[in-house]
Amino acid sequence: MPQQPPQPHQPHQPHARRFPISEFTLASALGVGRAATLDALQNASSGLAPQRFETAQLDTWLGVVAGLDDGSLDADFAADLAPFDCRNNRLAALGLRADGFGDRVRAAAARWGAARIGVFLGTSTSGILSTEVAYRHRDATHGALPASLHYGQTHNTYSVARYARTALGLLGPACVVSTACSSSAKVFATAARMIDLGIVDAAVVGGVDSLCMTTLYGFKSLELLSPEVCRPYDAERAGLSLGEAAAFALIERESTAPAGWLLGAGESSDGHHMSSPHPEGAGAAAAMRAALAQAGLAAGDVDYLNLHGTGTPGNDAAEDIAVCAVFGDTLPCSSTKGATGHTLGAAGGVEAAISLLALQHGLMPGGLNRRSPDPTLRAAYIDAARSRTLRVVASNSFGFGGSNACLIFGTAGDFGAR
Amino acid sequence: MTGPGTLDLIVRGIGLLGPGLPSWTDGAARLRDPLTWASAPTVVPTPARLPATERRRAGTVVKASIVVADEACAAAGLDPAQLATVFTSSTGDPLNCHLLCEALATADRLMSPTRFTNSVHNAAAGYWHIATSSRAASTSLAAFDASFAAGLLEAAVQAASTGAPVLLVACDVPYPEPLHAVRPVADNFAVALVIDVPGVSGTPGGIGLRVQHRADSEAPTPCETEALEALRLGIPAARSLPLLSALARHSSEKSAATRVTLESLPGATLTLATG
Repeated sequence: MPQQPPQPHQPHQPHARRFPISEFTLASALGVGRAATLDALQNASSGLAPQRFETAQLDTWLGVVAGLDDGSLDADFAADLAPFDCRNNRLAALGLRADGFGDRVRAAAARWGAARIGVFLGTSTSGILSTEVAYRHRDATHGALPASLHYGQTHNTYSVARYARTALGLLGPACVVSTACSSSAKVFATAARMIDLGIVDAAVVGGVDSLCMTTLYGFKSLELLSPEVCRPYDAERAGLSLGEAAAFALIERESTAPAGWLLGAGESSDGHHMSSPHPEGAGAAAAMRAALAQAGLAAGDVDYLNLHGTGTPGNDAAEDIAVCAVFGDTLPCSSTKGATGHTLGAAGGVEAAISLLALQHGLMPGGLNRRSPDPTLRAAYIDAARSRTLRVVASNSFGFGGSNACLIFGTAGDFGAR
Repeated sequence: MTGPGTLDLIVRGIGLLGPGLPSWTDGAARLRDPLTWASAPTVVPTPARLPATERRRAGTVVKASIVVADEACAAAGLDPAQLATVFTSSTGDPLNCHLLCEALATADRLMSPTRFTNSVHNAAAGYWHIATSSRAASTSLAAFDASFAAGLLEAAVQAASTGAPVLLVACDVPYPEPLHAVRPVADNFAVALVIDVPGVSGTPGGIGLRVQHRADSEAPTPCETEALEALRLGIPAARSLPLLSALARHSSEKSAATRVTLESLPGATLTLATG
């Protein structure tokens, strides 16, 4: 059974289970690894810039990860892994290298056995860019796709978990969770359940999503792509800025020196609309309440909330109502998407990693690019980074199809003692 | 086959739609007597449950998923709005994906917003929860040819973890060319199971289902006839057929426990016992 440290608060349910996170890392437009990310968050640096991606002809700001195509990752796609070579799996490889994450997983495999470690990763579009490019090079006579396309290893939704499981030599249960922008938050819930019931002893969780034409032109078609840098919680916010990222965490049944603890995960559906949130954020509030209940915590126990905060007018308004309904209007909160861009299926994993950094370093990241606060939004949004000892941090992730998730993390010091 | 990692559950309701298998009611009879099964192209009806706007926008994978989900919920006698859901699919909405890739290969790259919205892997889950006004938890998975086993494991784990019934929906639909050539799927196939924990919800009946994830590679249980075995291998969601055959037998008579191994990932085995 997972470690069950003493309850620091009056428990709201009798058997709140806590899961140690042994290691985590991320690679985004802010940089590769925890130190680069922390430095950017402390210094209010943004990875977003007005730039073009591939052949896209859109005037927008993007959070592009550098170094995916410069040859530095070629060795990760040698021999049996060659068919996996695509932008999305290169981004995954970069994330697995960061902070020695892959090596830490291999050590866990030596401890628990490769078959006892699950791989649960989130993505929205996997390596569909490979197929998008292949459609430009169809056979003139028959329309066939070029033989260089390895569909199952690149485009297929499962491909990134298949790549990570293969590259790490793991043999436990695996799947991709693909629930749009909540994907890589929900994998934490999946892993916790699997560990709790003894299906696995540890799990690699996280998310990987890379830029592609589908999401660039798709958000453009919905008029949700901001022509300038995204400005979450700003009165004049005009949409999101897309980014790409890989984020990973290793959750184990027991850990000698955990980086932090997963205290609770809440999941819900809106049941309202495919691409617009419930206007009062009813589903979002349900996810936050479910996470608190699972953690055995009261709303007042949370010290900082990382918002989903995409910067679209509707999303921020609905989330604000939900946050205030659950936490009131004094909990410090911010969106870090002004720094990373919206990394879609990787956003939950990225913001889980940022939440863990926040706990480790006593940092509440400021929300960037807010020039004129929206007077209709009531949550205690912070613009500049604040230093303060943090014990409990929550992170929201909401996606198309009305998929909502909220994760709650705690510091190693407060929750790790037996 | 007990011990850590073994979950004892109940199947409370089943829905089915596939080639020559127009419903669970009809399909169970075919699977009990497999020589009576004849392949026929899957006809996917438009589910009445979908509101008019969503009905116009929904693709085949959404419609087939909702049809089997409705059949399973009705059989279980449970309110769909209260059920947590697990949707699993190898491919999502393949026609929608093809049309997006085609549009993105043109010079102007004009994309329909609805097409983009429908491109998310959780489209079927989204439409279902809208149609049932459900705020229950939902997840959408993919594990290539092991998608059904991955979905069943997740649903079983969720039910055991929460102590409440979970609706599992698996659906795969073929790509048109040129993607069909690189990922051939034979026809539309959808299956839904309402999976519950024993003795909690108070609903009588149901068929026992013991789920065990094992750390070894065991060949999946084949279907009893060559024709059904070809169907099993032709569609990822049809990898469920050996389980459905076992459930079909148990739904008509009390027979000895049947052991079924599902196609899973290399190095992992999902073994089931029904009855």
